[in-house]
Amino acid sequence: MFHWLEKNPFFFAVGVFVVIAFAGLIEILPNFAEASRPVTGLKPYSVLELAGKEVYKKDNCIACHSQLIRPFKSETDRYGQVSLSGEYAYDRPFLWGSKRTGPDLHRVGNYRTTDWHENHMWDPKSVVPQSIMPAYKHMFTNLADIETAYAEASTVKAVFNTPYGPEIDGTKAGWEKYKPTVLEEAKKIAADMKNKDVKDAVARGEVPEIVAMIAYLNRLK
Amino acid sequence: MQSNAALEYDYSVAKLFTYTTILFGFLGMLIGTLIAAQLAFPELNYLLGEYGTFSRLRPMHTNIVIFGFTLSGIWATFYYVGQRVLKVSMAESKFLMFMGKFHFWLYFVGALLAVITLELGMTQGKEYAVFEWPIDIVIVIIWVSWGISIFGLIGIRREKTLYISLWYYIACFLGIAMLYLFNNMSVPTYFATENLGSFMHSVSMYSGTNDALVQWWYGHNAVAFGFTVPIVAMVYYFLPKESGQAIYSYKLSLLSFWGLMFVYLWAGSHHLIWSTVPDWMQTMGSVFSVVLILPSWGSAINMLLTMKGEWNQLTDNPLIKFMVLASTFYMLSTLEGPIQAIKSVNAIAHFTDWIPGHVHDGVLGWVVFMIMAALFHMAPRMFKREIYSKSLMEKQFWLQTTAVVLYFTSMWIAGITQGMMWRAVDEYGNLMYSFIDTVAVLHPYYVIRALAGVMYLVGFIMFAYNMVKTMTASKELAQEPQFRSPMA
Repeated sequence: MFHWLEKNPFFFAVGVFVVIAFAGLIEILPNFAEASRPVTGLKPYSVLELAGKEVYKKDNCIACHSQLIRPFKSETDRYGQVSLSGEYAYDRPFLWGSKRTGPDLHRVGNYRTTDWHENHMWDPKSVVPQSIMPAYKHMFTNLADIETAYAEASTVKAVFNTPYGPEIDGTKAGWEKYKPTVLEEAKKIAADMKNKDVKDAVARGEVPEIVAMIAYLNRLK
Repeated sequence: MQSNAALEYDYSVAKLFTYTTILFGFLGMLIGTLIAAQLAFPELNYLLGEYGTFSRLRPMHTNIVIFGFTLSGIWATFYYVGQRVLKVSMAESKFLMFMGKFHFWLYFVGALLAVITLELGMTQGKEYAVFEWPIDIVIVIIWVSWGISIFGLIGIRREKTLYISLWYYIACFLGIAMLYLFNNMSVPTYFATENLGSFMHSVSMYSGTNDALVQWWYGHNAVAFGFTVPIVAMVYYFLPKESGQAIYSYKLSLLSFWGLMFVYLWAGSHHLIWSTVPDWMQTMGSVFSVVLILPSWGSAINMLLTMKGEWNQLTDNPLIKFMVLASTFYMLSTLEGPIQAIKSVNAIAHFTDWIPGHVHDGVLGWVVFMIMAALFHMAPRMFKREIYSKSLMEKQFWLQTTAVVLYFTSMWIAGITQGMMWRAVDEYGNLMYSFIDTVAVLHPYYVIRALAGVMYLVGFIMFAYNMVKTMTASKELAQEPQFRSPMA
């Protein structure tokens, strides 16, 4: 029945491609524009928060933590309001995760503080005695890449019209001018922290990863 | 006119990929065992400083076993099977020899680059699609070289009809090409600005819910076209070859092939049930996942029935045992997957250890068993020596089978326990357990799983040892065995 096709590799390959390709088109395209729309009042991530999101990606927090509260009472009781599509409109990439070895973090900013995160990242067992999460002490010494975060903000503004102000323009001069704003934001986080090295670094005009990370986690609400 | 003289096939590329299959298999499973142990004994997170935490090593494990071990196995078998079913030798074309070797060496260099950048934390942050854009470009070139090899060999073929295995290899090539390209679309920030920041960094073309949809359309079907389709290609070639039996039914293979092609892609959204993607997509993913049982079981049943009347081979040829068990695990995991895709089951199963449990009965029981069996079958033909030890193979079989069973049973229990505890409420409707209670309760299962990992790894080392001995120290063969592989 299909013998002729099996002797014609070209048509065979075209046939396979068509059969596998159209499911994707039907599932992904129709809803594309609607799913890109942000919820009302959603602000894009600040440059410091974006740098923190990079730390989150780099240390691969999604291996154990989700950012998706499902529509069940047991989830909303535990984590807060159910997640809405439009809340993720500025998430590139999405960071929902697929495994909860640790709890969901989509609204962690509502119930954890800078102080809590600082203690937890330094030694998780100090705040959750049975925790199996490792300490992330290197975040207190490694520096966050705030310049790349600025480049990312500029890129999404230029390419995807993410609503950043005119100060985010992707130029070298623009970055030099904007850098103090990021450092100011970092100082506010560091003011609530107790680690001496981190405080000194921020005073010197550096941004340790932990500061950016906490800015990002506090933003998750 | 065809000459009747036996062709001398050239296995130099197949051999190279065989070596990397063994190497990456060992590395990937070693890391896998380590991270399994880390969940049971968290102190193991500190062996390698910031580079040794579970979170950093987990993508190393997945990427090395998927893109290291499995891809190497797919290519080792392709460069072996392709020539034989098309009745042409790679030695007949200087160009194809060059492409094959180019394919291998670029892959090897690409794999090293990938491992290094990943360990340094350069990642797109999407599971199974972690590599940043410069690595993606290398991967595209590697993939295209394989395409040239496939269609180049087909171009000079003597056997006009494409054998079933080739259908599956072609589908693997096309499917992954499409999925990988679309999912990895991103804008490099260095070039979109005045060269600010990191050269490697990029942002995804899609955001939020759309990114999730594209990612799981990719993620699920990377499993389809990486862990299912090419492995079916292998079983269709190696089981008849080793057993000397003809495929049970041509019609069943047709139905299963086109059915699998058509249905698989729809099922991707079952990874997003109860998420923010529209309800109809979730339902679609759920329904098609159940339909997917048909073509999956079609192939598996076709394989099992191929052994009809020859089941005695199961008792005296361990290679047949590997392949029959692989087909059986294929049936198990393609039934388990659809069960997890049912919305009410998914509500409990999603985010729990039942999911890695499901993945591993598929990969450990089906993918790895089939690839090892294929390499065992190829070894006497490629190296012209008999398999070094049959008894070692038997022991390996039982050790690894026990390991897989321990793995998935412990993870089933862990997953369902945790899923139920997350939703348990007391008589007043308050949540009964804090999150950490549901973590602490999993400790014994994590210990069992780590033990299963050690057992499976030891089994793989036995396989590697047996292969190396076969290549170097086993008895030489005067002529190529026809069906059953000779073993000492």
